[in-house]
Amino acid sequence: MHKLEKKLVIIGGGPAGLAAAKTAFDKGITDILILERDFELGGILPQCIHNGFGLHHFKEELTGPEYAQRFINDVAERAIEIKLNTMVLDVKENKKVYAVNKTEGFFEIQAAAVILAMGCRERTAGAIGIPGTRPAGVITAGTAQRYTNIEGYLPGKEVVILGSGDIGLIMARRLKLEGANVKAVCELLPYTGGLTRNVVQCLEDYDIPLLLNHTVTGIKGNGRLKAVEISEVDKNLKPIPDTAKIIKADTLLLSVGLIPENELSKKANVVLDQRTGGPIVNEGRETNIPGIFACGNVLHVHDLVDWVTEEAEIAASWAVKYIKKDFLKETAAIKVKAGQNVSYVIPQKIELQADDRKKIPLYMRVSQPLTAVNINLFADGEKLYSFSEPFAKPGEMISIPLAQKTLAQHENLQEISVEIVEKEGE
Amino acid sequence: MIETKTLTCVACPKGCEVTIEYEGNEIIEIKGNTCPQGSAYAREEIVAPTRILPTTVIVKAGALPLVPVKTSKAIPLEIIPDAMEIIAKLEIEAPVKMGDVILKNILETGADVVATRNLPVLKA
Repeated sequence: MHKLEKKLVIIGGGPAGLAAAKTAFDKGITDILILERDFELGGILPQCIHNGFGLHHFKEELTGPEYAQRFINDVAERAIEIKLNTMVLDVKENKKVYAVNKTEGFFEIQAAAVILAMGCRERTAGAIGIPGTRPAGVITAGTAQRYTNIEGYLPGKEVVILGSGDIGLIMARRLKLEGANVKAVCELLPYTGGLTRNVVQCLEDYDIPLLLNHTVTGIKGNGRLKAVEISEVDKNLKPIPDTAKIIKADTLLLSVGLIPENELSKKANVVLDQRTGGPIVNEGRETNIPGIFACGNVLHVHDLVDWVTEEAEIAASWAVKYIKKDFLKETAAIKVKAGQNVSYVIPQKIELQADDRKKIPLYMRVSQPLTAVNINLFADGEKLYSFSEPFAKPGEMISIPLAQKTLAQHENLQEISVEIVEKEGE
Repeated sequence: MIETKTLTCVACPKGCEVTIEYEGNEIIEIKGNTCPQGSAYAREEIVAPTRILPTTVIVKAGALPLVPVKTSKAIPLEIIPDAMEIIAKLEIEAPVKMGDVILKNILETGADVVATRNLPVLKA
């Protein structure tokens, strides 16, 4: 078997992997290999042809392909080694990576550090169990996006969309503009999972109805989808029988959630967080396995690619320190706990020494929409400080800084916790 | 005729419901916004809403059959269906580079249709 040695192996050539490669190179580790299973770099961005990317990172509005192209160019300028059409089959705790492609066959790479950047995948029809037949025409929103924007096929003419996540909203507009009749977007919850901008510019602009508290309760048709049955749901999200309605449709798009893709992480004995579906990491985005880092949607599902880039920069910076053996950990980690109304916080623990950042960003999501909130930080139950925000929405990740100074002031700290609560009397 | 419309402001992610009363292009009253950006947004949405249009163009002999494009600046929302018709008829040849102008000054808007990625020629 063909054997290679690399300082840094990055699994996945999407936005997380590309930004990680660029950062690691610029910080002095140039012996890098990116492994990508597709025929080109960019991950999911090349099919996200809409604008709205890069407002935080580049301070200008780009489309998905443009955002990807900038990083593809950066990686090319640095002559970072890439293997395309290459599938990683296994990753071991000792940082041996096993991959296969058509030209080299099966090969092994011994890495000093590994960055996991495999992204996520869509929840499918099988995962949500809709009653009815199983005809053609029931596909995920991302699959429809690939057909429409990359391969040049219109997936259908009469479309219903289940789920109001961003991909569902974006595809509603895209299919409408390509000539399909988009009849409705159904959302089980009483609020949308997508960005407000997308609700306005994708649905309201084109008079596409958004039916909140609605779900698909039946799929009809043999061979090809003929119609879907939709129903209103009650407070417990159970369909109300009398409200069932039939909508004629040849296509049902599902935009019902994304799942971090961690099959390889599990093989390397990386411990996952039940809430995020991704690895448990410290503030350098290192997993429980020393020298294996994770960033991007494999770690937790992001709403903005800009945060993926920032997270990849963090992971790569610490992977470089790990390779340079400039990496020390405290004997006991400080736990980071998600308190009231917080569904998760990344990182889940703080344990690195000699962190040159003044502030550690804490990424979190609120568990339900709230207005006029205080985001409160506590150290072992003692309130540190709080941030005030006019609103918090589950669809929009919140990043707040944790000052290193504060950590230094508390000896033997066990736990940092965060809660998001509505201000009283408002 | 005086008309009323309720808009969701997109100036920030808060998404205020802004109600605007207007007659033609004349704004009578704006309510529900919690900051000046909200009234400016509502005004523009009534007087002249514009959007960047991202779509795709057919490519001959490319590594992929389509290349993504966008209008170089926002164009009036109402002419987007017409712009789609025009862009749908375009056909270009690979290779394509990001920023290549595919069509100049679409519908006299001053906006060009530009490619948003590189697309190499399909290898035999």
